[in-house]
Amino acid sequence: MSKRIEIKDLNVYYSKFRAVEDVSMEIEPRSVTAFIGPSGCGKSTLIRTLNRMHEVIPGAYVEGEVLIDGDDLYAPGVDPVMVRRQIGMVFQRPNPFPTMSIRDNVIAGVKLNNRRISKSDADDLVEKSLRGANLWEEVKDRLDKPGSGISGGQQQRLCIARTIAVEPEIILMDEPCSALDPISTLAIEDLIEELKEKYTIVIVTHNMQQASRVSDRTAFFNIAGTGMPGKLIEFDDTAKIFSNPSVKATEDYVSGKFG
Amino acid sequence: MGQNSNAFARGKLGSSVPSLMLVGGLALSWTLFAVSAPNDSDYEINLLVVAVVGIIFFTLGLFGLAVRVEGRRRAVDRLATILVTLAFFIALTPLISLIITVVSKGAVRFDVDFFTLSMRNVVGEGGGAAHAIIGTLIMTLAASIISVPIGLLTSIYIVEYGTGKRLTKWITFFVDVMTGIPSIVAGLFAYALFEILLGPGTRVGISGSAALAVLMIPIVVRSSEEMLRLVPNELREAAYALGVPKWLTILKVVLPTSIAGITTGIMLAIARVMGETAPLLVAAGFSNDFNFNIFEDRMQSLPNFVYYSYIAQGSIPEAYLNRAWAGALTLILIVMVLNLGARLIARTFAPKLGR
Repeated sequence: MSKRIEIKDLNVYYSKFRAVEDVSMEIEPRSVTAFIGPSGCGKSTLIRTLNRMHEVIPGAYVEGEVLIDGDDLYAPGVDPVMVRRQIGMVFQRPNPFPTMSIRDNVIAGVKLNNRRISKSDADDLVEKSLRGANLWEEVKDRLDKPGSGISGGQQQRLCIARTIAVEPEIILMDEPCSALDPISTLAIEDLIEELKEKYTIVIVTHNMQQASRVSDRTAFFNIAGTGMPGKLIEFDDTAKIFSNPSVKATEDYVSGKFG
Repeated sequence: MGQNSNAFARGKLGSSVPSLMLVGGLALSWTLFAVSAPNDSDYEINLLVVAVVGIIFFTLGLFGLAVRVEGRRRAVDRLATILVTLAFFIALTPLISLIITVVSKGAVRFDVDFFTLSMRNVVGEGGGAAHAIIGTLIMTLAASIISVPIGLLTSIYIVEYGTGKRLTKWITFFVDVMTGIPSIVAGLFAYALFEILLGPGTRVGISGSAALAVLMIPIVVRSSEEMLRLVPNELREAAYALGVPKWLTILKVVLPTSIAGITTGIMLAIARVMGETAPLLVAAGFSNDFNFNIFEDRMQSLPNFVYYSYIAQGSIPEAYLNRAWAGALTLILIVMVLNLGARLIARTFAPKLGR
């Protein structure tokens, strides 16, 4: 249950401002793809177009196609809610629901959608998802405590557990470790390594070591200047991007000459 | 001074110095007035003036001393502290005075009869305000039932659906205008509305409720809007990313997160309209008897009970005035209980953050 993403000539706009220009790329199933690049180059914008989250912002719209196993996300009649049920997302800042317990946070995708689930099924789902997010051992004795009462790294893993509980095809991660310490970051990176067995994963990161550690393929984005749209500069195997990139700007960026 | 060997150390007044100086200032003031008093047995020293002059002495004295010992910055800090404290006590004075007056005068008739009897066939002593208390509770409840759904749904539209739309700007503008409507105008509106609906001269409880609802809606809209805006967008996005439709996100994430603040706002709106006199006088009229039917006949309310007891004092004015004070005390207590209830509810519903 993982799907292939194909982006074709994608332009993303915020009202009149073009944030991302002419991106085309293909992302294979069961792989980890990292988006790197300086701030404001459109990586977060692009990842949010992959499950139609960007249109939550008023005035944002898209030209071009995003095909998930051949189905265009932006075809007429596509329901963004159906898209998001198959393509989960983990955000930069951990955002568990403060009104819910740890347990309820994990099954939030089921409960918020008013689907009925028996108690034993719910228990199984909670345990499976928390184990999947490497969090079970740490919280199994306090599942009824508020979800916002655990540490930041645990909260982020709780958010990942919540995402995999709805069994998506693809998981998008928008700088999932930028608010976390190195130990928690390591826990999340290990988790990504495991999740890639089952899911297609796209991760935005500012941390190039992280990109080189966790990803199979890396896409480098850049902008020509402030107010200009972000562009895909180079997209290749991670090893090649970090050792022998074909574009000068990529080499400058990954070697730390700028950014 | 020994501690001046430390480059960061400065002189400091002892912690008991301000209170000693306050006592000293008051004593000095009293002595001055006592010495300069004319030798007349009828003359009384005005203690309020003594206190004011004493506080002025104290302020100047402490400021002067602080400038010498502690330096300018700390002296100004002490001056500001005194002024702020003084302002606090001045602001508190009317409230305390009001509570003391109402409690002492209202206690006379604060008895069982007052809460069980109406004013039917009562012309002198006795009687009670039970009909007015019931009228106030029924009409306020009906007003809340009308205005809370309208107000809450309006604020949900403004925050969740109408961002940047022209309709939202108009709604916000008219809600602001509604906030400024004089309450008597709301009463006249309700009166006119029910005259059209039910015929000329109609004065019924529901008409009073409509008037109160007109006053409540803008308060509910405003307070709920603020509370909904406080819900972080990240929570909405988290729900969307799980494939939760927008309406369920609002119902199950946004509202539960903000329910404490919304409830507090609604309770405060209720407390605010409960004391309205004029609109109820116009729309619901006045009655001496119990009326449990909001759709028929006039209905008494507590503020109007107080008002009528005062302006239409009967054969034994003392009895009417005592009832008026007891009515005022009851109204204050009901509002206070509502506010306490609001705090309790806010605490129960608030998102728990404990570990």
